[in-house]
Amino acid sequence: MTKAELVEMIAGVTGVSKKDTAVIVNMILENISRALESSDKVELRGFGSFKVKSRRSRTARNPRSGDSVMVPAKLVPYFKASNELKARLNGEPTG
Amino acid sequence: MTKADIVEDIAQRTGLTKKEVSETVDLFLSQISDLLVEGKHLEIRGFGTFKVKERKERMARNPRTGDAVPVPSRRVPIFKVSKMLKDKVALS
Repeated sequence: MTKAELVEMIAGVTGVSKKDTAVIVNMILENISRALESSDKVELRGFGSFKVKSRRSRTARNPRSGDSVMVPAKLVPYFKASNELKARLNGEPTG
Repeated sequence: MTKADIVEDIAQRTGLTKKEVSETVDLFLSQISDLLVEGKHLEIRGFGTFKVKERKERMARNPRTGDAVPVPSRRVPIFKVSKMLKDKVALS
């Protein structure tokens, strides 16, 4: 499934035009991305949350040459699915 | 940031009603959930991919009693962040 197909499906149910639906969907993604870029978290009840974890710097090895390489500290975005979504995927009650 | 904040921002910028925006946002999230339940995946360029992974059955231990307990196989939702978004966040 692609974003275009998803937009089409949503517009079919809400009656909001495809054009406006596409704009809204893009803005949802933009809002989430911008929040993560400022290390903010986004909590979407019943779906999950998008957060940023910080990774410490570490020394790794170049597997080809065996040299030690310094990997700097960095911020990593991740998604944590809600318990409700996890339960639904396994056909469990979501109450 | 919550869903209400996102709806507010979008309604303000587009001039669409909060009702239209919030219905679209709700449907966006529930459609993704439904796709995952059906075992399908959704790839969004520049953002990431939602998909389902199968976890095999494994033996775990009850930490209190030390008994071996089987954990049945199950499906877990995964979001793989796009390289573009990872890079943006790492450099922020």
